[in-house]
Amino acid sequence: MSEAEAPQREVMEYDVVIVGAGPAGLACAIRLKQLKPDLMVAVIEKASEIGAHILSGAVIEPGPLDELLPGWRDNPPPICIPAEKDEFWMLSKTGARKLPTPPQMHNKGNFVVSLGALCGWLAPQAEALEVDIFPGYAASDVAYTDDGAVKGVIIGDMGVDSQGNPKDTYVEGIEIHASVTVLAEGCRGHLSKQLIRKFALDADAQPQTYGIGMKELWRLQPGRAKPGLIQHTIGWPLDSDTYGGSFVYHLDKDRVAVGFVVGLDYADPEFTPFEAFQQFKNHPKMKALLDGGEIVSAGARAIVEGGYQALPKTEMPGALLIGDAAGTLNVPKIKGTHQAMRSGMLAAEHLAEKLAPEGYDQKLRGSEVMSELRKVRNIRPGFYKGLWRGLFTAALETITAGKLPRTLGLHADDKAYGKLGEYEAPDRGWGERELPPRDRLASVYFAATEHDEDQPVHLKILEPDICTTRCTEEYGNPCTRFCPAAVYEMVDDEQGRHLQINSANCVHCKTCDIKDPYQIINWVTPEGGAGPNYQNL
Amino acid sequence: MKILVGIKRVVDYNVRIRILPDGSGVDTDGVKMSINPFDEIALEEALRIKEAGNAEEVVVVSIGSDACQQQLRTGLAMGADRAIQVQVDGPVQPLTAARALLKVVEKEQPGLVILGKQAIDDDNNQTGQMLSALWGRPQATFASKVELAGETATVTREVDSGLEVIEVDLPAVITTDLRLNEPRFVKLPDIMKAKRKPLDTLTMDELGVSAENDIQVGHHAPPPQRQRGIMVEDAQQLVDALKERGLL
Repeated sequence: MSEAEAPQREVMEYDVVIVGAGPAGLACAIRLKQLKPDLMVAVIEKASEIGAHILSGAVIEPGPLDELLPGWRDNPPPICIPAEKDEFWMLSKTGARKLPTPPQMHNKGNFVVSLGALCGWLAPQAEALEVDIFPGYAASDVAYTDDGAVKGVIIGDMGVDSQGNPKDTYVEGIEIHASVTVLAEGCRGHLSKQLIRKFALDADAQPQTYGIGMKELWRLQPGRAKPGLIQHTIGWPLDSDTYGGSFVYHLDKDRVAVGFVVGLDYADPEFTPFEAFQQFKNHPKMKALLDGGEIVSAGARAIVEGGYQALPKTEMPGALLIGDAAGTLNVPKIKGTHQAMRSGMLAAEHLAEKLAPEGYDQKLRGSEVMSELRKVRNIRPGFYKGLWRGLFTAALETITAGKLPRTLGLHADDKAYGKLGEYEAPDRGWGERELPPRDRLASVYFAATEHDEDQPVHLKILEPDICTTRCTEEYGNPCTRFCPAAVYEMVDDEQGRHLQINSANCVHCKTCDIKDPYQIINWVTPEGGAGPNYQNL
Repeated sequence: MKILVGIKRVVDYNVRIRILPDGSGVDTDGVKMSINPFDEIALEEALRIKEAGNAEEVVVVSIGSDACQQQLRTGLAMGADRAIQVQVDGPVQPLTAARALLKVVEKEQPGLVILGKQAIDDDNNQTGQMLSALWGRPQATFASKVELAGETATVTREVDSGLEVIEVDLPAVITTDLRLNEPRFVKLPDIMKAKRKPLDTLTMDELGVSAENDIQVGHHAPPPQRQRGIMVEDAQQLVDALKERGLL
């Protein structure tokens, strides 16, 4: 059917439609209705439930929450433990040395939360202000006006089989039109990515850079968790050329959030971030904590790390970018929630004044969000020269509060690989490990991820020939290693050697869309409601 | 004719069940909750009967805490006309549920009651049968096909030996099996329409039913964990390892 004869999709009209019910989107929705109760505001969320696709550390700064919901401390989110103590450790294979905690990582006055649970707690507060929140619906495409401005989003069709044909349960997705569309999809949003390209929003920015964060929520043997203790480590199991480290946040009820972050600019094509995380857990210091406990929930999510230099223009005809979809996360603080909420609230204040995107970008750049990013702009690229040079740059930037008149450039993650045979991997001293999960498939089990198998594969390979030729030769198919959910597999069967995509395992972390060396993997939304069902991540 | 459909809020089928450390129950903290899948099938069947012109109204009822209003709203968005919440905090056992449903049946006078064959949380498979007995009306359980004709329903049942076809007089209780139908997706605009549909709340007191459960639950325990396996090098080692364990 050509587009001209395609039947018109059903349309719902709003003043503002927000894509993504994370901290940025929900803060934006709440602020909008607080300022202008008459505005019609909708929030679209691809997860089956609010918070089910949210994964974060998370230690949060409460400033924006205080501003948004002044009474929140009397009615706190379900997991909310005051930060008690910070520890910063340098690990070797068997040892651990305590270092002074970097100033950005002091957490006095902050709270350890589950960001998923926090969003699940924000959503009803938005609904009480008559925001319409639609979990289980994926914004799969952008709707444009005749002159090319964004006029809203198209909800993905449901009940389509793997060949793209409608099943008995087929339901055509509707269009949601709005005066302004706010993209709050989080890191590497798939609509945001399209729009950044279409409107060349990153023309004046450095390439965006990313990390991958993996996290498990554990229930420990009674008495081992020390609620409010915040631990970070650097060093082993990473070599000094690979940026990353761990977080261990102690919660209440014998629970602890354990996570590991790796910069996606690593050079070793044979490196497996998931294995680094598992090696870390089996370090004697960690094993003593985790042994005998059980995993409650686990998952992974890409993190936007480019900061100040990489921030694209955040407005375009008909739409805005907020939060991690824009890239407001503060890497040295390893915090994005307060920045995401602040940018969302700022967008709301702007839209309440005039229901149009123009002028938002300038406001954002003049705001606290941007000044915070500016101060720390050289810290992450400082680590391009390895851990020690990085720590030195970090110290220098911290002492001078980012006032040195220089801004370091960024490099694109997908260009960072060394080639097979040319890159010499360091000996990381990884060994046997005992703690669960055994492998990535066992880990996916804890993400409770679900995709109807009879639907089109939502990971689109734009040039499949490259996988079996150039990619195999040059990099040995790194997708089979960087994916934390073992979605990509090279198999050799009657069809010959080819890439098999186990898309039902996908936890929507977006790492493949970022780290594929040829940029031929395109992550698109699967059927609404599909994906992980994280529990308190 | 009016059709009454029972729906229960349960831990979603994708979620890995975890027992609370003190054995007092299942951990539902931060866990996704959904309509029991068999109940969703029951509602779908009721809606199809209505759409075929064989019923005028579909009423969904749930017995549970205020949280179950979320599932009732989903039922309304799927297409039910009205919802009733019977307010109870804490677990509801099958006999308690059947007694409460009987009172709702007496009040609503449906021509047909469709329930899931069992809820995937406790897997009891009792409520439909108990309601049928208390109500004194026929039951057709494990339905994989339902055909209505006048005052009777012809129901194909999934039984151990295959399929069984029975005819029951209406009003009756039908409980659904997995193959009866595939429930529909909710259309987004229908979520908005569902917000305006009536949802009434009744208490157990108002129904004159005791919320006390008859069976006392001792404690919950997970199945024993599988021991870690060992790798053997060859057949001889395998034989030795099996002998060592007295398995050969």
